[in-house]
Amino acid sequence: MGVLVLAELDNGTLSPATARVVAAAAKLGAIDLLVAGPRAAAEAGATLAGVAKVILATETVLADGLANLLAGLAPGYEHIAAAASTTGKDVMPRLAAQLDIQPVTDIVAILGANRFTRPIYAGNALQTLTDAQARHVLTFRASAFRPAAGGNAAPIETLDATVASAARFIAAHRTESDIPDLATAQIVVGGGVSVGSAEGFKLIEALGRSLGAAIGATRAAVDAGYAPNDWQVGQTGKIIAPDLYIAVGISGALQHIAGIQGAKKIIAINTDAEAPIVKIADVALIGDLFDILPQLTAELEKRGLKG
Amino acid sequence: MKILVAVKRVVDHNVRIRVRPDGSGVETNGVRMSMNPFCKHAVEAAVQLAEAGQASEIVVVSIGPKASNDVILTALAMGAHRGILVETDAALETLAIAKLLAKVVDEEQPDLVLLGKQAVDDDSNHVGQMLAALTNRPQATFASEIKLDGHTLEVTREVDYGRETIDLALPAIVTADLRLNTPRNAALPMVMKARSKPLAVRPAAEFGVDLTPRLVVESVAPPAERAAGTTVASAIDLADIIVADVNEMEAI
Ligand SMILES: Cc1cc2nc3c(=O)[nH]c(=O)nc-3n(C[C@H](O)[C@H](O)[C@H](O)COP(=O)(O)OP(=O)(O)OC[C@H]3O[C@@H](n4cnc5c(N)ncnc54)[C@H](O)[C@@H]3O)c2cc1C
Repeated sequence: MGVLVLAELDNGTLSPATARVVAAAAKLGAIDLLVAGPRAAAEAGATLAGVAKVILATETVLADGLANLLAGLAPGYEHIAAAASTTGKDVMPRLAAQLDIQPVTDIVAILGANRFTRPIYAGNALQTLTDAQARHVLTFRASAFRPAAGGNAAPIETLDATVASAARFIAAHRTESDIPDLATAQIVVGGGVSVGSAEGFKLIEALGRSLGAAIGATRAAVDAGYAPNDWQVGQTGKIIAPDLYIAVGISGALQHIAGIQGAKKIIAINTDAEAPIVKIADVALIGDLFDILPQLTAELEKRGLKG
Repeated sequence: MKILVAVKRVVDHNVRIRVRPDGSGVETNGVRMSMNPFCKHAVEAAVQLAEAGQASEIVVVSIGPKASNDVILTALAMGAHRGILVETDAALETLAIAKLLAKVVDEEQPDLVLLGKQAVDDDSNHVGQMLAALTNRPQATFASEIKLDGHTLEVTREVDYGRETIDLALPAIVTADLRLNTPRNAALPMVMKARSKPLAVRPAAEFGVDLTPRLVVESVAPPAERAAGTTVASAIDLADIIVADVNEMEAI
């Protein structure tokens, strides 16, 4: 029996997380990828290595609709998986309860067909467990896995199922930008509350632009209204694992560190040499971000790194 | 309207936890415990609805050992009307918790159930969604705004792409995110008053739910420690390092 994977979509297109979840799930068996969205997204999914078949279903975004769609397909599969995204988190526990399965979520390592590692306590502990159930409902942290290769041409099958939802979608408030996807970016520049204003965040964005980086923020910066909520990194925001994380004016509270534990390298820019982030950074520059950022950005632009 | 709020007692979010050296779990003995922060936002949301005249009764429920009375009292001091402790010393999985809560929903018939979106101990983020499935009610998770208009709830949710607004007909399940509100600290008179509010203690076994765990936790380990780094003196030096790093990065 194979693996049913719920494709992660953003605004009707396949998001970068899907290729990573497919790569993770491929360790468990051949994948049927459910795309509840436009045909173009299904076509993009069909190119991913490890996908045996794409199941194209009507566009569905709300949790109960998606859970019902997956529940209808579930009898044919041993594993049902999704990204540990806000969609996956919304849908998979609901599905699991519907199927009377205890889900295993936020998986960061696959040790066997039913053995997994997941972080608890904001990543301050790692739990290794065996899922003794006959069938498994799982979510994977996309940032913990490399993306699947392309070049596949899996068949696309259309599913004729109408899904109803007891909730009604009213409006999406999307943060429009050409900044790379935060959850899967290779470089991320993060700003803290000490950036001081939304205007101040332009300095963070300029540094990001010079590196083709995604932008992150602390909860304190988001709460203060300096950055949109979808930039929040941490226990309750996005979990990222970039090759390079540049933390600017960020203290390094444990709930923020929770989101960057997978970063290969951390650079901290902070006035306080005793800040917790400085203690865990690979490289630190002690000083005022308002002096440092313009110089650093100008220097990087001079060297023409971007892209 | 009647609201049920589910709250969990966890290791206080300010505590730096310690993994037991034998790998059997996280040390919770002698560690400061408090109400899970997300649950506080759920309680606050319920109290605000009551203060706005939109809710007539708030019942707060916690599942756990006797000591979970603490967090029920905290919720009562914040403004909930009565409490239920579903008592068990067992470490229950989220599905078992959701099944017990479904029984409580069955008995209490609340129009709205509010929960925190996740508990900061196991970080599961399951129970609200599971309860919604088990009670066959619509769900709105990660709520940062709730508006009640008659029998329709308009909820703004924090999602990966930004925010989205959805409508739900009551009865419904909502899980709270941190930007939903600012939880109050109960004043001393409220804390005193909380002690005289009704609090029912019911053994978990009474609910006839199979609580047997489905997962076998083999070990709990601390994450790899990050080695101490170096300090550079100037933005130019830092630029050198960043350029070297970027040149070394593998293309994805
Ligand atoms: C349940 C819960 C969940 C949470 N989830 C998250 C989460 O997901 N993500 C998150 O980030 N937080 C989260 N938090 C909040 C977290 O605890 C911290 O409050 C937050 O991360 C602090 O943000 P900060 O670093 O921007 O601010 P601060 O802690 O105030 O730090 C500011 C830093 O800026 C430095 N600084 C000041 N001025 C300058 C300057 N001119 N130049 C350079 N440096 C300067 C200071 O030295 C300090 O280190 C959560 C908290 C709770 C209780």
